[in-house]
Amino acid sequence: MSEYIIEMNHITKEFPGIIANDDITLQLKKGEIHALLGENGAGKSTLMSVLFGLYQPEKGVIKKNGEEVKIKDPNDANALGIGMVHQHFKLVHNFTVLQNIILGVETTRGGFLKMDDARRKVMELSQQYGLRVDPDALIENITVGMQQRVEILKMLYRNNEILIFDEPTAVLTPQEIDELIKIMKGLAAEGKSILFITHKLNEIKEAADRVTVLRKGKYIGTVDVAGVTKEQMSEMMVGRKVELNVEKGPASPGDVVLETQGLTVINKDHGKKVVNGVSLQVRKGEIVCVAGIDGNGQSELVQAITGLIKADAGTIRLQGEDVSHTSIRHRNTHGMGHIPEDRHKHGLVLDYPLAYNLVLQSYFEPAFCRGGFLQYNSIYQYAEKLIGQYDIRSGQGAKTAARSMSGGNQQKAIVAREIDRNPELLIAVQPTRGLDVGAIEYIHRQIVAERDRGKGILLVSLELDEVMNLSDRILVIYEGELVADLNPNETTVQELGLYMAGSKRKEAV
Amino acid sequence: MKNNSLLARDGVQKALASVIAIFIGMLVGFAILLISNPARAVEGFIEIVIGGVSSRKNIGQVLFYATPLIMTGLSVGFAKKTGLFNIGAPGQYMVGAFAAVLVGVKCTFLPPILHCLVALIAAGLAGAVWGVVPGALKACFGINEVISCIMMNYIGASTSNLLIRRMIFDKARNQSLRPADSAVLPKLGFDKLFVDGATPSSANAGILVAVLLGVLTWVLLEKTQFGFELKACGFNRDAAKYAGISEKRSIVLAMVIAGALAGIGGGLMLLAGAGTGIAITDTPAAEGFNGIPVALLGMSNPIAIIFTGIFMAYLTVGGLSMQSVGFVPQIIDIISAVIIYFAAFVLFFSQLMSKLAKHKETSGAKTEKGGDGQ
Repeated sequence: MSEYIIEMNHITKEFPGIIANDDITLQLKKGEIHALLGENGAGKSTLMSVLFGLYQPEKGVIKKNGEEVKIKDPNDANALGIGMVHQHFKLVHNFTVLQNIILGVETTRGGFLKMDDARRKVMELSQQYGLRVDPDALIENITVGMQQRVEILKMLYRNNEILIFDEPTAVLTPQEIDELIKIMKGLAAEGKSILFITHKLNEIKEAADRVTVLRKGKYIGTVDVAGVTKEQMSEMMVGRKVELNVEKGPASPGDVVLETQGLTVINKDHGKKVVNGVSLQVRKGEIVCVAGIDGNGQSELVQAITGLIKADAGTIRLQGEDVSHTSIRHRNTHGMGHIPEDRHKHGLVLDYPLAYNLVLQSYFEPAFCRGGFLQYNSIYQYAEKLIGQYDIRSGQGAKTAARSMSGGNQQKAIVAREIDRNPELLIAVQPTRGLDVGAIEYIHRQIVAERDRGKGILLVSLELDEVMNLSDRILVIYEGELVADLNPNETTVQELGLYMAGSKRKEAV
Repeated sequence: MKNNSLLARDGVQKALASVIAIFIGMLVGFAILLISNPARAVEGFIEIVIGGVSSRKNIGQVLFYATPLIMTGLSVGFAKKTGLFNIGAPGQYMVGAFAAVLVGVKCTFLPPILHCLVALIAAGLAGAVWGVVPGALKACFGINEVISCIMMNYIGASTSNLLIRRMIFDKARNQSLRPADSAVLPKLGFDKLFVDGATPSSANAGILVAVLLGVLTWVLLEKTQFGFELKACGFNRDAAKYAGISEKRSIVLAMVIAGALAGIGGGLMLLAGAGTGIAITDTPAAEGFNGIPVALLGMSNPIAIIFTGIFMAYLTVGGLSMQSVGFVPQIIDIISAVIIYFAAFVLFFSQLMSKLAKHKETSGAKTEKGGDGQ
């Protein structure tokens, strides 16, 4: 019996023009939580797809319990007890939790479903591993956290013993992340072996026993988590020293660039005030952060300020001008830049090439458009300039369809576009969501640089580290109201947490 | 190596995919001919394959039948590029035809060329009105354009029937009156060029108008600011809105233009001087529905649609000449349908092609193991 339950030895997988995995070895012990760390595009997902039978490697062998196995498709993987929770869940939205769990492995008698047996087994598993789910709830009605527990139950229901989690925390709130880590530890204690794909160092420190690091398709090393610091891990991952804390001097706020008064948004579906009388100010040369737990109205607040939704009451002043009732285009061209929360929904036209996306708000300007005809040469020249300046990487340069770019580079493209338009006010909503440390460091530096150039920044973030690191002033939003106006140097994460949870409040601005 | 890079080109792949799709469709069509009438199958097949070029008159007929198909194809394809499914082309086509004939019959005070032009503009306007309704409903209330378009088809068919009976009815023929000669599209000598013995084809300036509009549509979509906005809306409405594009205006205008294109198609058909008025039927015009396969086959590219429209017309003419070999129209319809049906697989073949190109690229560099499971 081998020490390792799964071994992937010297795996090489190539795609046209790129070696996604170059001689990579990954050994998973029984009952451990093994993190797979790497930047976007380092080859983590490819390696897991090889293990899951979605890709065939050109070289290398996979062994289970010391014996070589061939995994030709996900069914083979399943038969070997390998299960995977994908980053984007594969659930049927209008099925119940129970139906989703048994989907594909239904027990039947004479063609009829035997739901009672299935239900008993699911409930047993749910109890055993502390995975709280409501078996009869529809997927579309439950939280993302519970959907993830359904995915985990799906693996357990199929008696999988090797569980792959592909960036499982990207979609979760801090509380849900804590709970997930607890669940993963419980699973490992019961003898399951876990592969945990991530680029978040905190979580590795908290959850994993060992970590394997990949960089640009190459194997860097495998180490015990207890023996390394976060800084060392990030250096392994990025290949250079990374500043985890943002360097910035004190702010020197100037004139008010954005001012809202009594801004209120009423949700059309349930008639509640999702943004309730928000009055705030952003000055030139300062980073004001709106902190809060997801779903407390910060998205709607930003959408009202940028014009994506109509405010039901209140005024918005941009550099002194009342823009409450002006078009989005007017705000865009009068000093407002917006890095949107959802880069796929709002930020990019995924089927347009990168170059078009880089002029998405400026294609009509004289530089790019004459007499109603687009000037493709100048658009592509401008795109090349931004690509060089902001180091946006893509397969075919400016011609690359935005869809085929990595998440980090898509975000870089949006940041480049918004900063280069030179707005007086930059609204950045979760600008680093789902990005790796290298990209996060880069985007943070850009934001601070903008501040230092005398721009006003309104930052919305769910990551407490980001809030504490980046902001000059913190506004806490709770159930649509601003409940605190804090100085990050005089407050603690704990205090911030109390305001965010609504158990403490203080007179706001 | 050269062959390789040629295959890797996007345009080449798409064109080749269309050819393969059509070829397979023809093979299956031939099989059906063999089943229905083995003795004359070869003869019949030859007719449908070369019927369109068997005489100068037939070439002219291809151009004549292609004209409305190109226009409705452009209508559907243009809407598709902007993210809308314009299944309302039949209705827009019919009201366009009606408006053209109405002007053609009533406004005889206009001088020849101008009369024709005004009739065409009226056709475009009528089509645009039929497009604006589903467009506005979609933009303002989020009503699915497919449903409102289908309803507009029946409203269009019935309304034009009603108005024909009231205003421009030819009782003897049970159809509308024919447009005055001054409204008929000029022949431009096509009647001399595309002629078989003494019988000229119905080819006329309409085909040039259709080709011109195809090129203009392409320019609009690919080269202008307006096209950039329309396509952005089609790909991602939310991102277009974020970028400051008025997505409601874009949707309405896209449907207006699509409607006008189909309407002009109806006008071009009825002003062709082929000697007929608008037949009184209860069903929306087939030319409108046929715009859908024309657009699909051309992958919504306006330039490609010009060619796919001609291709469909070619099949029509070939089918008509099959009658001379003794095949009944129903069998001919089936054959044409089969060929078009397979042509719709063009996307499938184009994907296959790009896979093949990639495979060659990789295997050209090194030997690759088979069974690349996806």
